[in-house]
Amino acid sequence: MNNPPPTLPTPAAAYGAQARAWNWRRALSPTGNTGDAVFRAVLFGCALVVLLLVGAMIAAMAANSRLSLREFGFGFLTSSEWNPVTGRFGALPFIYGTVVSSLLALLISVPLSLGVAVFLVEQAPRRLSRPITFLVELLAAIPSVVYGLWGIFVLAPLLRQYVEPPLQKWFGWMPFFQGPITGIGLFTGGIILAIMITPIISAVVRDVLAAVPVTQREAALALGATRWETTRVVLANGGPGIAGAIILGLGRAIGETMAVTMVIGNRAQISASLFEPSYTIASVIANEFTEATEAIYLSALVELGLILFLVTFIINAAARLLVWSVTRATSGTARA
Amino acid sequence: MPTMHARRYATNAVMTTLTAACAFLAVAVLVSILGYIAYRGIGAISLQFLIETPKPVGEGGGIGNAILGTLILLGMACVVGMPFGIATGIYLAEYGAGRFASLVRFLTDTLTGIPSILVGVFVYTIIVVPMKQFSALAGGFALAMIMIPIVARTTEEMIRLVPASLREGALALGAPQWRVTTGVVLPAAASGIVTGAMLAVARVSGETAPLLFTAFGSRFFNVYLDQPMASLTVQIYNYAISPYDEWHAQAWAATLILMTLILVINITVRFFTRRKI
Repeated sequence: MNNPPPTLPTPAAAYGAQARAWNWRRALSPTGNTGDAVFRAVLFGCALVVLLLVGAMIAAMAANSRLSLREFGFGFLTSSEWNPVTGRFGALPFIYGTVVSSLLALLISVPLSLGVAVFLVEQAPRRLSRPITFLVELLAAIPSVVYGLWGIFVLAPLLRQYVEPPLQKWFGWMPFFQGPITGIGLFTGGIILAIMITPIISAVVRDVLAAVPVTQREAALALGATRWETTRVVLANGGPGIAGAIILGLGRAIGETMAVTMVIGNRAQISASLFEPSYTIASVIANEFTEATEAIYLSALVELGLILFLVTFIINAAARLLVWSVTRATSGTARA
Repeated sequence: MPTMHARRYATNAVMTTLTAACAFLAVAVLVSILGYIAYRGIGAISLQFLIETPKPVGEGGGIGNAILGTLILLGMACVVGMPFGIATGIYLAEYGAGRFASLVRFLTDTLTGIPSILVGVFVYTIIVVPMKQFSALAGGFALAMIMIPIVARTTEEMIRLVPASLREGALALGAPQWRVTTGVVLPAAASGIVTGAMLAVARVSGETAPLLFTAFGSRFFNVYLDQPMASLTVQIYNYAISPYDEWHAQAWAATLILMTLILVINITVRFFTRRKI
C-alpha cells in the first residue's frame, strides 16, 4: 500500500518534493496513485453536486421570491388575503390548511403505525411478519396521484355517506364537525394523508424497535412481565427514535401534494370545521403555478415554496438526528 | 392478587388484539385500493387505448403518448440521475468518514424528504424560465433530482454490506484503491445496487407534482426533448379532476397500467433479493 510512486526517484526526494509544494495527488489519495487520485476526485465531484443542488434550490427560491418578500415582509405569514386580481397575497389560510390536515393525519396515523410496528416486531411470528411487512411497504409504493384518484372516487363518497353524518350527529356540538357534508375537505385530506404516512412511520418505528437490545426484553420477561408490559419497556427505550419517526411522518404529510390537492377542496379559507374545504401550501403551488402570469403572483407562490422548503428541511433534519440517535448506537446502519 | 393478574393478562390480550388489528387494517386498505384499481381499470383497457393519443370526450382516445412520455422521462432521469447517485453512494461508502461526507449523507437523507413539488418549482426557475417553454428535458431533470438521493443512499448501504475481507484481500495483492472499488467491491455489491436503482425508478415513475410545470403534458406523440411531454401520472391527474365519466374511466385504466409497472418492479425486487433494502 505504501509503495513510493515510481515517478519519484528516491524516498528522500519524494519527501522533499512533498514538503516543497502541495501535492494534489497526495492530498486526494494517501497512496499517491494517480488512478486513485482521479477516481476520488470524480467521486468527490459527484458528491459535491448533491451539496450544490441543495444550495442552488435555496438560492433559486430565495431569488425568485424576492419581490414578494420585499412587498409583504412578515405580513405575508399573518395575512389571509389571497387575491391575484389586486395583487395582495397572504399565506395564513394555506399554513392553516397544511398544519391542520397534517396534525389530523398524525392523530390517526401514529396509533395505527405504532400498532403495525409493534405487531410486526414484537408479536407476529416470522412467517406472518415478513409478508405483512412487504404489504405495508407496498402501501408506500403507491403514487400520490393514485391515492388522490382513489380519494376522489372511493374514500370521499364513503366518508360522505357513512362517516361524516354520524360524526356530525354525535359530535356536532363541537365546531370541528359542523357545516355542510360534502366528503371533500380537511377531514378527507387528513385521512388520505394518514394512510399515506402510515407505512413511513411504521417502517422507521420497526427499525427503532428492532434496534432495542434483546436483553431489555429478556429482563422484563424474566421479571414476570406480560408481553404487552415488555413491549412498553421496549417502546420506552426507543422513545427518541419513535419521536423521530413521527416527525418524519409529519414532514411527509406537510409536503404531500397531489393526493391532498385532489380531495381537500382547494378553497383559501380558515374554518374551524373539518368538513369545510381548505387549501395547503403544496396544493396552491400545484394548482396556481402555471396560472401565475404576474411577477408578484409567481413570486408569492415561490415564497410559499421557500417556506415549505425550510419547514420540511428543519423537520427532516430533526427527525434524522433523533432516529440516528437510536439506530446508530446499536446496529450501525441507518435506513432512509 | 388473582384479580390483579387477571387485569394484567386482560390488558395484554386486548393490546395484542389491537396491534394485530392495526396491521390487518393497513393490509386491508392496500388490498382494497389495488382491488378497486384492477376492477375499474380492466374494463377500459384495449389495444386502442394503449396506442392512441387522447381525444375529446365521446370519441375514445388513448394514452399511447403518455406511456411513451413516461418511458422517455424515466430514461432521461436514469441517464442523468444514476451516474451521480451511484458515484455519490460510492463516495459515501469508500471515503465516508470525514466531515464533508457526513454533510453530504445528511443532505441526501434530508433531500429525500423535501416535497417533490419544490423540485418542480426549482427546475421551473432554472430550466423552464430560461428556455421560455415547458420541456421534457426539464421533466427528466426534475425526476433525476428526486432519484439521486435515493440511489446514493441505497448504493452506500449495499457497498457497506461487502465484507471487509474482500477489500483487504485485493489491497493485499497490491491493487490500488480504485481498482479494488471498481473491480472487486462494485461487482460484489452490483445486485444490491441494481435493486436500489430499480426501486428508485419505481418511485419516480409515480411522481406527478414535479412534472406539472416542467414536462407539463401534451396531447400528441412527442419525442423532442425541448417540447412539452405527456406522462401517465399527469394524464391521470388531469382526467381525475375532469367532470367527465369517460375520462374518469380512462384515469382508472391508466392507473392500472402505472400500478402494474410499479408492482412488477417491487415484486421482482422482493423475489430476486433476499436482502433488505
